[in-house]
Amino acid sequence: MITVDDILETNRMITENKLDVRTITMGISLRDCAHPNMQQFCQNIYEKITTSAEFLVRTGEDIESEYGIPIINKRISVTPIAIAADACKTDSYVPVAETLDKAAKEVGVNFIGGFSALVEKGYTHGDRVLIDSIPQALATTDIVCSSVNLGSTKAGINMDCVREMGEVIKRTAELTRDKQALGCAKLVVFANAPGDNPFMAGAFHGVSEADKVVSVGVSGPGVVKHALEDLKGADFTQVAETIKKTAFKITRVGQLVAREASKRLGVPFGIIDLSLAPTPAVGDSVARILEEMGLEACGAPGTTAALALLNDAVKKGGLMASSHVGGLSGAFIPVSEDEGMIDAVAKGSLSMEKLEAMTCVCSVGLDMIAIEGDTSAATISGIIADEAAIGMINNKTTAVRVIPVPGKKVGDRVEFGGLLGYCPIVPVRSEYSSEAFIARGGRIPAPVRSLTN
Amino acid sequence: MKLVVTVVGKDRVGIIAMVTRILADNNVNILSINQNIMDGFFNMILLAEAAESKIKLVDLQKVLREQGEEIGVEIKAQHQDIFNVMHNI
Repeated sequence: MITVDDILETNRMITENKLDVRTITMGISLRDCAHPNMQQFCQNIYEKITTSAEFLVRTGEDIESEYGIPIINKRISVTPIAIAADACKTDSYVPVAETLDKAAKEVGVNFIGGFSALVEKGYTHGDRVLIDSIPQALATTDIVCSSVNLGSTKAGINMDCVREMGEVIKRTAELTRDKQALGCAKLVVFANAPGDNPFMAGAFHGVSEADKVVSVGVSGPGVVKHALEDLKGADFTQVAETIKKTAFKITRVGQLVAREASKRLGVPFGIIDLSLAPTPAVGDSVARILEEMGLEACGAPGTTAALALLNDAVKKGGLMASSHVGGLSGAFIPVSEDEGMIDAVAKGSLSMEKLEAMTCVCSVGLDMIAIEGDTSAATISGIIADEAAIGMINNKTTAVRVIPVPGKKVGDRVEFGGLLGYCPIVPVRSEYSSEAFIARGGRIPAPVRSLTN
Repeated sequence: MKLVVTVVGKDRVGIIAMVTRILADNNVNILSINQNIMDGFFNMILLAEAAESKIKLVDLQKVLREQGEEIGVEIKAQHQDIFNVMHNI
């Protein structure tokens, strides 16, 4: 029996603490759309996407209204285009990106992800065409997201691709310079990318997934922060217990939404992604949770430990609340999308190096970080190599989504708008060159999995 | 389907009458009512069964919201399951 207090607690989480379901994402396989003729291929994927996801947005809105829980985004992920389009006789996949954009707009979703390639061990022709097409594709489309997986614990790191992605990010920034290099906000470079991640910009529909699945990404940093406000001075056992209980409640809502969406759309339920996804709104920040634990500012010594506890407790609480958990599942630390992180960077408590340390213990990696426009491609590649190495050695997903904003210097600020937020330019250690290191290319071999010291 | 209807706002004559009239008109049966006044503010949580009702939940929500706005109270109607899943294993 539900009590009055339960009802009031749930509704307070939604209205005051900004509890929401961040996304319902439909994964759609495009493997059955392959065709050597580009025009025919584009027509195939357009039809598959628009028929599969015809009712996705309306279903999401119905569930949102009936249960009174905001569902912020409805999204689509597709088979990595480098795989789906590999048979096409072409040297550019830009028309494919334009078709994805058009199909996604037709069904009314917020984003479509999967303009992707998985190249941790090597390239096919399709992988090369896709990576070459990324800057132009992101410049000519609005809601297409792109990702490249270039490293894994099993395969090592493709350093040729690391070098190339530094250049791709620079070109993407240049081609979208009139929009503050917004193209780079839609491009993620991964190591150990999961094939069932519902979050953008890194979502793609993995090759081992069913034809169609529905996955849900939860949110709720505000709810966790609020729960910790009653625990001033309490020890970490109590802190961890409280976060677990809160994560359980948040995830149960996600599970309900996923179950309903799956039933109504007639599409199997995939996974719940247990990520605490922040927004730039006040009261919806992961950094503020860390500060609530007793740090004067995010980035102070102790931040990595606080984040490790948070990330682990969220998983422990969430795992029991859902029948299938997957995706990225952890706390996100996207700088421009988190009001507390923005504040920490602005006042100097949070640096690139501390963010890198934080990525060792939390979900994903260096995310939504605006850097100086004249940062060299080799330096960006160096950042990518470091993150990929952390992911490879620690058997976890890591990623880089940095935005070298043309014409901007440390001290400037950039606005991306909406959920992407705003960000001061974060200083990068670029006074020393990584050029010769990155120029080597080849592969970093897969790591040994014993002698783990 | 069981509904949880929550009503909050400044107290005045006729709030319960208005809400229950809308529910009755739409064949929604009330199972329990919990109501009080705190510092002049009206709070009510009402549990109802809508199995026999013909109206779609979104339409009922719209009627309740609009009529509530006219007398200065906020009315929400939600499917009971969101509270069940969050607070019961």
